[in-house]
Amino acid sequence: MISLTSPVETRAHRWPAGLKLSLLCFLTGMLFFIDHLVFHSLFLLAIVVLYALPGREFFSSGWRHLKILWPFILIVALWHLWTGEVEQGAVIVLRMMSAVALANLVTMTTRLSDMIDVVHFLAQPLYRLGLNGRALELAIALVIRMTPVLISKGQKLTWAWRARSNRRSGWRIILPFTVLALDDADHVAEALRARGGLTHLENE
Amino acid sequence: MEKNIAYTALFAALIAALGLVPKITLAFGVPITAQSLGIMLCGAILGSKRGSLAVLLFLLLVAIGLPLLSGGRGGLGLFFSTTGGFLIGWPVAAFVTGLIVEKWRSASIALVATIASIIGGIIVLYAFGIVGMSIVLDKTLTEAAALMLVFIPGDIIKAVIAGLLTAAIAKSRPASLLSRSAKSA
Repeated sequence: MISLTSPVETRAHRWPAGLKLSLLCFLTGMLFFIDHLVFHSLFLLAIVVLYALPGREFFSSGWRHLKILWPFILIVALWHLWTGEVEQGAVIVLRMMSAVALANLVTMTTRLSDMIDVVHFLAQPLYRLGLNGRALELAIALVIRMTPVLISKGQKLTWAWRARSNRRSGWRIILPFTVLALDDADHVAEALRARGGLTHLENE
Repeated sequence: MEKNIAYTALFAALIAALGLVPKITLAFGVPITAQSLGIMLCGAILGSKRGSLAVLLFLLLVAIGLPLLSGGRGGLGLFFSTTGGFLIGWPVAAFVTGLIVEKWRSASIALVATIASIIGGIIVLYAFGIVGMSIVLDKTLTEAAALMLVFIPGDIIKAVIAGLLTAAIAKSRPASLLSRSAKSA
């Protein structure tokens, strides 16, 4: 399964996903209400310890997910060195890193199936308002199934282009790509209808 | 019903697949990620309701941990990072783009889809993105907006491409242009 859940089994993998997500909401909310440098340093330190506990592999893959932030850290650092509000800049950088690292921690320790259960739980009120629960499930499964299919079709299109031209395809490739996806959508819709469609699901 | 689900799911998958297409570099060196082009196309082709649902479905899968965003990114952390506002703005951007294409039928589809993509995919989207950025980076809205200015030219080109693509789809697969089909009106 192409998921970002860590293959390194941690104790947190067994915690209920709902609990982890509520904790995440609470702690992230708290981060944005406190402006204290010592607090933010200690908080980030605690998160680093949490990442280090399951071992080296877990820590380094967590670090890789955090690296996307560095351009913004650079901007904030330069900005606050320029304006002279260094402490405020440090708080912003620490808070940003903590918030993202904490959320990634939940992603890394929660299995896709557990997350989907939470989605179902949260969607309960919507089901009562008329959203078809089976339709949501089917749509999630379809996206997971069709993404690799579309990716391989996109690759074939790129190869076909390269076989005919020594210039790069650029954005022109997106038109046939979109047309392929639209045709696939028609075929999938027909196949669903041929297998009884979604109406019988509603009656179950 | 089946068609709605198939189109919504396939477009969510299309946005994901566009994230894996290597960054497209335009003639004069402006790199564009195809993924935000996918958001504009979602609205312009599927219309307001189905377009925004497709984007929501895509974001749901990103949030629960599938690495579907360009560069293989995913997970909850992205929604709290500096560009999280843009992610939250994506479904709204697709909705507004779709709504304009649905309602404004007097001009050519290429022109309408381009302007709809500019209003939805740039003005509305940047409003969300700038607010998100100003919260995370603790900057005023004007300061955050200044940081985003460099990306506007590339996004305008993207909107024009979205307009041209929508017009081409209207010609090659008229029945698939759900934003202009009789039912969605």
